[in-house]
Amino acid sequence: MSDTSKVLKKTALYGRHKALGARMAPFGGWEMPIEYSGLTKEHMAVRLAAGLFDVSHMGEIEIAGVDALAAIQQISCNDASKLEIGQVQYSALTTPKGTVVDDVLVYRLSSDHFMLVVNASNIAKDHAWISQQVKSLGDVIVVNASARYALLATQGPAAVEVVQELTGVDLAELRYYHFSTGEVAGQRATISRTGYTGEDGVEIYLSPQSADSVWQAIIDSGRSVGLLPAGLGARDTLRLEASMRLYGNDMDESTTVLEAGLGWTIGWEKREFIGHDVLRRQKADGVKRKLVGFEMVERGIARAGYPVLLSGKQVGSVTSGTQTPFLGKAIGMAYLPIEQRKPGTEFDVEIRGRNARARVIAMPFYKRQRS
Amino acid sequence: MYPDDRRYSKDHEWIVITDGEARVGITQYAQEQLGDVVYVELPEVGRQLKQGEIFGTIESVKAVSELFCPVTGKIIAVNADLNDHPELVNSTPHETWMIRLSLDDPSQVDSLLDAVSYGSSIE
Repeated sequence: MSDTSKVLKKTALYGRHKALGARMAPFGGWEMPIEYSGLTKEHMAVRLAAGLFDVSHMGEIEIAGVDALAAIQQISCNDASKLEIGQVQYSALTTPKGTVVDDVLVYRLSSDHFMLVVNASNIAKDHAWISQQVKSLGDVIVVNASARYALLATQGPAAVEVVQELTGVDLAELRYYHFSTGEVAGQRATISRTGYTGEDGVEIYLSPQSADSVWQAIIDSGRSVGLLPAGLGARDTLRLEASMRLYGNDMDESTTVLEAGLGWTIGWEKREFIGHDVLRRQKADGVKRKLVGFEMVERGIARAGYPVLLSGKQVGSVTSGTQTPFLGKAIGMAYLPIEQRKPGTEFDVEIRGRNARARVIAMPFYKRQRS
Repeated sequence: MYPDDRRYSKDHEWIVITDGEARVGITQYAQEQLGDVVYVELPEVGRQLKQGEIFGTIESVKAVSELFCPVTGKIIAVNADLNDHPELVNSTPHETWMIRLSLDDPSQVDSLLDAVSYGSSIE
């Protein structure tokens, strides 16, 4: 996997992060800010006020042409025919086995032009996979447009008001999982009411050249509400509290969409998509294992990769786990046999040679109060 | 920055000796590197530790690190306050001891870094 000859990529905001004294680390081939003022502080700022994230490492793959919708319908398990122009949909790219190539956001830019936002570590894989799959699907072109976009996520209860001060786009009219185009701080941008933190907020797609000035404008606009720059460390603990899956941890090409608990993303009414037959059969027969959420009952923090034991026998591994700053407890996710998926079921997590008791609890762990 | 009443290990533990007893904690530099500490796992009282042996683990939200004993000795107490207040390691690292030891050979401490050498080793 790791190729030392490959230089880590830097986002347009790299200089900003260094100047802010961020702790930087490699992530998905990029040198990214992990934390600025402290993970817990940043996490709490997003839950209680607002945070600003540079997530320019995310990939953007555009799919256009008369047959673009047909192509999306084939590669993505959700039903893109339901998307209006200006709407966003969460979905998974599926393998013929019904497992997950990647989880993506599908943006409908126009009737025959879509944009998929994909995980940084999967950009090359997804681009190759999609290009291969759509070859026989007629008039459609697939472009890896990742280098054309910087991406800033402003998240938290005060995030929308902070960005509203900088744009003429009426954000009150912008519904959840919809997007609009306009200017932010004088720069052309696509503003999307989406995020990966469990809070309200927007994600702003920009040209890399304009990222720096817009970043600073958001920092300035957010100062009065307590907005903080936030790193990928807080992004991970925020998404885990909100029970959002992380590709490579909580799902991958060895877990099906249903096992990962993402059955709600499947467009069952569609006639077909890659892997639909396997998923339909699995739905009819029932899955044998499922991703569950848990909390630690005994002292200890479960981490990704730690063994999960039932009656002393290993039945799986923790896929994500941490001590969460806002909920203030140790939580995680793991695949358990379907008989053990019910809240209240107890099992052990082996933490560095010692077994500690954990209990299945309902997800999401954290859900924001909607106003 | 680094108090000169004590010695330091290359693994970023400090050790201070008073009345023939040693207290061990981690340095300001170490806590900065760790970030917000949320969990400290300490050993049983009575355990015999060799110099360089792992005596516990410390976890920040993001990562797990091991704690290394800077000298050979026997544990006579562990700081139970850290069960409920692991954040003390961040706020007052040089006042927050983790274990107290009776030493087999107090002269071992002399082989550790003094404040000036430690300070320059992390620059």
